Amino acid sequence: MEKKNWPLWEIFIRSRQGLSHRHVGSLHAADAAMAVENARDVYTRRQEGASIWVVPASAITASSPDEKSVLFDPADDKVYRHPTFYDLPDEIKHM
Amino acid sequence: MEMDLLHRFEAYIASDKKIEPKDWMPDAYRKTLIRQISQHAHSEIVGMLPEGSWISRAPSLKRKAILMAKVQDEAGHGLYLYSACETLGVQRDDTIEDLHSGKAKYSSIFNYPTLNWADIGAIGWLVDGAAIMNQVPLCKCSYGPYARAMVRVCKEESFHQRQGFQIMMTMAGGTEEQKEMAQDALNRWWWPSLMMFGPPDDDSPNSAQSMAWNIKRFTNDELRQKFVDLTVPQAELLGLTVPDPNLRWNEETGHYEIGEIDWSEFKRVISGDGPCNKERIETRRKAWDDGAWVREAAVAHSQKRADRRASTDTAAA
Ligand SMILES: [Fe+2]
Ligand SMILES: [Fe+2]
Repeated sequence: MEKKNWPLWEIFIRSRQGLSHRHVGSLHAADAAMAVENARDVYTRRQEGASIWVVPASAITASSPDEKSVLFDPADDKVYRHPTFYDLPDEIKHM
Repeated sequence: MEMDLLHRFEAYIASDKKIEPKDWMPDAYRKTLIRQISQHAHSEIVGMLPEGSWISRAPSLKRKAILMAKVQDEAGHGLYLYSACETLGVQRDDTIEDLHSGKAKYSSIFNYPTLNWADIGAIGWLVDGAAIMNQVPLCKCSYGPYARAMVRVCKEESFHQRQGFQIMMTMAGGTEEQKEMAQDALNRWWWPSLMMFGPPDDDSPNSAQSMAWNIKRFTNDELRQKFVDLTVPQAELLGLTVPDPNLRWNEETGHYEIGEIDWSEFKRVISGDGPCNKERIETRRKAWDDGAWVREAAVAHSQKRADRRASTDTAAA
């Protein structure tokens, strides 16, 4: 059997106007136009979409899980970035 | 290093966190998932065949539209699952080749024939019903892409069961002949549906490991029992008889007890000797081979367009 895997595309859908596009899954297609058409059939059969983005999976650069602590741990000890860190006098109801 | 990774994996599993594609995972976990997800995908795709053959013979335009929508959903389910499977590092074409060569299995239920329209009702009601029972706990499975695919699938499944039940209701409430057809379909699909949950717990060697990895949340027998408890009253409501002389309600346990399942039939069908095994695989192979020129033409077409774009870019520059 001859193998000609069509490239893989990652699919992002805006479910309705006002929301951002969200990753919903992936699919194979020969080119971008076909990826959009296939994404319509595969991921929006029940009015789930107002807009579709397709991105070649090979174009995505992802952070490595091994770097998780290097990248994200520094945020752990910066509680002062959250409003709950600050005590306010009881008299102040809204701030 | 390996030890640290294994500890992290185990800690994730213990705290019910999801494992994502790029996370380290034990080989056996990866292999188990590839086998399970690809079998699941194949089942969705092969599962289109018994119902697909009734689209052109549906009794009304409404039924036809509904059945087309259902079969199209199953195609979608197959695609979500193939994609989830690929995140584990396998190629789509290899997965499909494994189905065509007979190396990969799919649910044995789809090796039974659909003889008449009542079978379409029975499949939606019983087969999709059993599938839902299996799939709902998989929404919480430890592998992220599989769990997310299952959430989509489950959302779409509930109409499948309802449309089947509605067909059964119409036929069971119809003429004497229609009622007989509904009963006959129940007689033929009941036991194979119970087999969809897999072998009994004491003969299911991989279950314990899958439960430990949070891939499986309930045992085969637990899910089968839930299905029986839910479905028997539905059959009564239809005025149909479940084809099991030993079926009885156990007041103490609050569950139904069923007769002996013929596991030799299950083993025969799963190992290739069911009524339609050969036909199903041949149909899949033919579809794949006949579609080869389409796949090639699409690649050639996109290449041509890309080349044309490149040459106009150069001309403009
Ligand atoms: Fe399905
Ligand atoms: Fe279904």
